Amino acid sequence: MNQEGLLEGLRKTVQQVLKAPYYQKKLAEAGIFYPADIKTIEDFRRIPLTQKEDLRQNYPFGLFAEPMDKIVRVHASSGTTGKPTVVGYTREDIKLWAKIVANGLKRIGVTTNDVIQVAYGYGLFTGGMGLHYGCERLGALVIPISGGNTHRQLMLMRDFGSTVLCCTPSYALYLADSMEEVGITKEDLKLRIGIFGAEPWTEKMRYEIENRLGIRAIDIYGLSEIMGPGVSMECLKCNGLHIDENFYPEVLDAEGNVLPEGEPGELVFTSLDKMGFPVLRYRTKDLTSLSYGTCECGHVGWTMQRVSARVDDMLIIRGVNVFPSQIEEAILSVSGVEPHYLIIVDRHDNLDTLEVLVELSADSFTDEIRELELLQANIEDKIEEVIGLSVKVRLVEPKSIPRSEGKAKRVEDRRKGKM
Amino acid sequence: MLQLSIFLENAKGRLAEVLNILAELNVNIRALSLADTKDYGVLRIIVEDPETIAQELKKRDCIVKLTKVWTLKVPDRPGGLAETLNKLVMEDVIVEYMYAFVEKEKEQAQVVLRVRDNDLMQKAVAKHGLQ
Repeated sequence: MNQEGLLEGLRKTVQQVLKAPYYQKKLAEAGIFYPADIKTIEDFRRIPLTQKEDLRQNYPFGLFAEPMDKIVRVHASSGTTGKPTVVGYTREDIKLWAKIVANGLKRIGVTTNDVIQVAYGYGLFTGGMGLHYGCERLGALVIPISGGNTHRQLMLMRDFGSTVLCCTPSYALYLADSMEEVGITKEDLKLRIGIFGAEPWTEKMRYEIENRLGIRAIDIYGLSEIMGPGVSMECLKCNGLHIDENFYPEVLDAEGNVLPEGEPGELVFTSLDKMGFPVLRYRTKDLTSLSYGTCECGHVGWTMQRVSARVDDMLIIRGVNVFPSQIEEAILSVSGVEPHYLIIVDRHDNLDTLEVLVELSADSFTDEIRELELLQANIEDKIEEVIGLSVKVRLVEPKSIPRSEGKAKRVEDRRKGKM
Repeated sequence: MLQLSIFLENAKGRLAEVLNILAELNVNIRALSLADTKDYGVLRIIVEDPETIAQELKKRDCIVKLTKVWTLKVPDRPGGLAETLNKLVMEDVIVEYMYAFVEKEKEQAQVVLRVRDNDLMQKAVAKHGLQ
């Protein structure tokens, strides 16, 4: 998109958000009263960032930019801290979203012949319905099974001949575990592609999922505040997630300065053609970097690297910034353990302690304590190498770390109240 | 002989749980040793038909391994075990670990040995007529 086209889209969103009094006030403080005040990209960058807190303050519908009779659907993100954040869609928004998801599916070779098992939760969470409408728009067969009920998932996957699976990557691994339990092998399934998102994951996890399920694993990204799943998605080249042209991305440093291409920072989005709930410079809290260009798959525009971590996920241990994803990479680089782990941060005598429970895999168990101790020390070394902090690894039995049917719980911070 | 080695997390009641499973499976433990570290343990047992029991334990989410071990009869008197071990040392056999049987034969005790090199052990057993 050329600069003028972009500015036009940005002005359109400014015009749209100005329908909400909250934004009028916020933009006025930055000296922006009319869409025409955005003459250059620098003008645009004067616009204050929007964040989850803004949505909470305007709970539930305060930031909707269209009258309620034009809003046909709401979604909400879970309110782990306080009230949920609510977003609204007009009929046109829903159509646009479906088209965006359908385009992403087409890019990875999904066709009308595919049978798509949508195992994301259906409901206020955007995952289930977002994928669902995209699949229907494409014309594929959708199995709206939603999340959970793992044995049933597997039975239908086999009996209906599902070719595409949509769920969280940790649930994909959970399904692979359960396949062994119920005696279904990947050869019994017709699965060929998995579309996984809603939580950060790593290349190692991709490798694991691809091998165990015999599929290509594709990363999809999105959040309800921007639209839902499909804001960006990988193509089969898997060199990053292509951002749909309806969203303008920026990556910012901790002070809010726009970073050049390739530099990692917090991802911020502005919607360009959304009516019900337009967003201006919305902080995703996700860490990534951006590049602009043309991909072999035909996509032209912005591509983001897979989200390595969330700003919120960052743990500060003994003053050092640690991301769970770094620990995960380290664990998965050691053979003989399962990709299931739990990071426990605690505080003893005013000193932070870091312990990681790692499930031992049945194949790598050896009778000799020495070997087990070696494995444990090996994992400790790998983690210490990456994060630069001493760590205690504890090998535990398989399946002793609670499995999630949605987002995985990887961190237990027991320091609260011990500060 | 094959020994069952079972990984045990250091969690309250875990050993009892595993022993209860063995009881349900009607397994008689003939010899047993528990190696422990601060964080986990390894239960090593000698039972009838270890292959089948290993399968059953796997079905119940236990981490199990079959390990080749040797059993030797040793005279049940002071110095009996030392004598046997001296013979093994002469043949360069390195013992990784060892434990005794629960039951005893008349005048004889039995021990379970895990050795580093099974070929050397084979030779030592043959040469000294160990049983």
